[in-house]
Amino acid sequence: MVKIITVYGNMLLTAMGRTLLLAFLGLFFACILGMIFGLLSVLKNKACNIISNIFVFVIRGVPMIVLAFFIYFGIPYLINNILGFGGGFTLSALQAGTVCLALNCGAYMAEIIRAGIQSVDIGQMEAGRSLGLPYWKTMRKIILPQAIRTMIPSIINQFIITVKDTSILSVIGFPELVLAAKQVQANTFKAFETWAIVGIMYLIVITILSYLAKLVERRMNRGINR
Amino acid sequence: MESTDKKIKIKVDKLRKCFGDLEVLKDISTEITEGEVVVILGPSGSGKSTFLRCLNRLEDATAGTIIVDDIDITAKKVNMNKVRENIGMVFQHFNLFNNMNVLDNLMLAPLELKKADKKEARARAEEMLKRVDLLEKADSYPSQLSGGQKQRVAIARALCMKPDIMLFDEPTSALDPEMVGEVLAVMKQLAADGMTMVIVTHEIGFAREVADRVIFMDGGYIVEEGTPQEVILNPKEPRTISFLNKVL
Repeated sequence: MVKIITVYGNMLLTAMGRTLLLAFLGLFFACILGMIFGLLSVLKNKACNIISNIFVFVIRGVPMIVLAFFIYFGIPYLINNILGFGGGFTLSALQAGTVCLALNCGAYMAEIIRAGIQSVDIGQMEAGRSLGLPYWKTMRKIILPQAIRTMIPSIINQFIITVKDTSILSVIGFPELVLAAKQVQANTFKAFETWAIVGIMYLIVITILSYLAKLVERRMNRGINR
Repeated sequence: MESTDKKIKIKVDKLRKCFGDLEVLKDISTEITEGEVVVILGPSGSGKSTFLRCLNRLEDATAGTIIVDDIDITAKKVNMNKVRENIGMVFQHFNLFNNMNVLDNLMLAPLELKKADKKEARARAEEMLKRVDLLEKADSYPSQLSGGQKQRVAIARALCMKPDIMLFDEPTSALDPEMVGEVLAVMKQLAADGMTMVIVTHEIGFAREVADRVIFMDGGYIVEEGTPQEVILNPKEPRTISFLNKVL
């Protein structure tokens, strides 16, 4: 145990850093995608609703590992071989991983955001509109601030899931924590210790994230009692 | 409608409204003049709330025209936000913005729509709060107010936009009985100040006292209209009579 930590500690920490980088990039774009598709699904416009529904339906219906392979291997193959743009196009594991996480997490975020907006009483929108406020202004000033408060626990949950989901991207060779741990295990043959250490590392990171999230949640609820 | 020299504020002509297969408003025509207080009575499901909501286009008319201050608001291209600035609305469930305190509730629309700078908006908001006797609640959140207080704040919020028409959609129906009076008192004062008001309510006593005209609706039609004296005390239509017998 001690030997693994002293010899491979740095390597595992670096890998953890990459895990967090990938999670951060994925979450960042997931928030943007989630916001876009979440808003599309609440608009009073059939075409927008359908686009959003299809996005959520497809992404939620495909296992993330399939999505990862599809993006990492499938998309370059499509561009190079099927569409015939020659052999030059490749995606790095980080790029493919980011897209994969963003799409996957984005679909769930879209659902969280849709549900959050719809949980705000319709009367709030009507009151805003009746004062002469435009739709988007009412959305931004009145609906979203209330919706976000109800969304936060679900969003935090989704963030945590996404941090853990980065481990799936070891399959396309992104050198995050799980991939590094596999190497450590191969070098040392100490399966129990290696995976115990990795498990604890994930636990620590998730604990810190949960704590930060709690702080944010408390801050957002300040002054409002409902 | 007494004097003919008064300006017509709202003119409704052959209004129809359907929700899918359900025809809620079948054929509504009426005119509301400046400063008039019109109370709409009728059994639930008669279309009175829908009618009111058509007047500021919270519901789109299926057919017919509604002209507010010479603007046809049933036209496709009309700038509804501009028209709504002039029509205040008070809802049964208050619909105060839960994420803001009372003062911000009042100041939001005037500030966002550039009707006033911060100082003016604040002064106006405080003036309106004083008018509904709730200045001491300026920093409270809606969740800290009683129903009657919420509704008075909602009226003050609408007034901050300086509307010249006010719509009331069952403003006292969600209130505890002991709070109805304080809201009606504010509305009476507003009527006395000459505001054009259209009020959907079940408060027959209030209608008798304050209304210039009472409209009785049933089944998507205006069944009977006239002064409170005519409609409430001497109804002619059997449906009006049976309704009033039930509620009085």
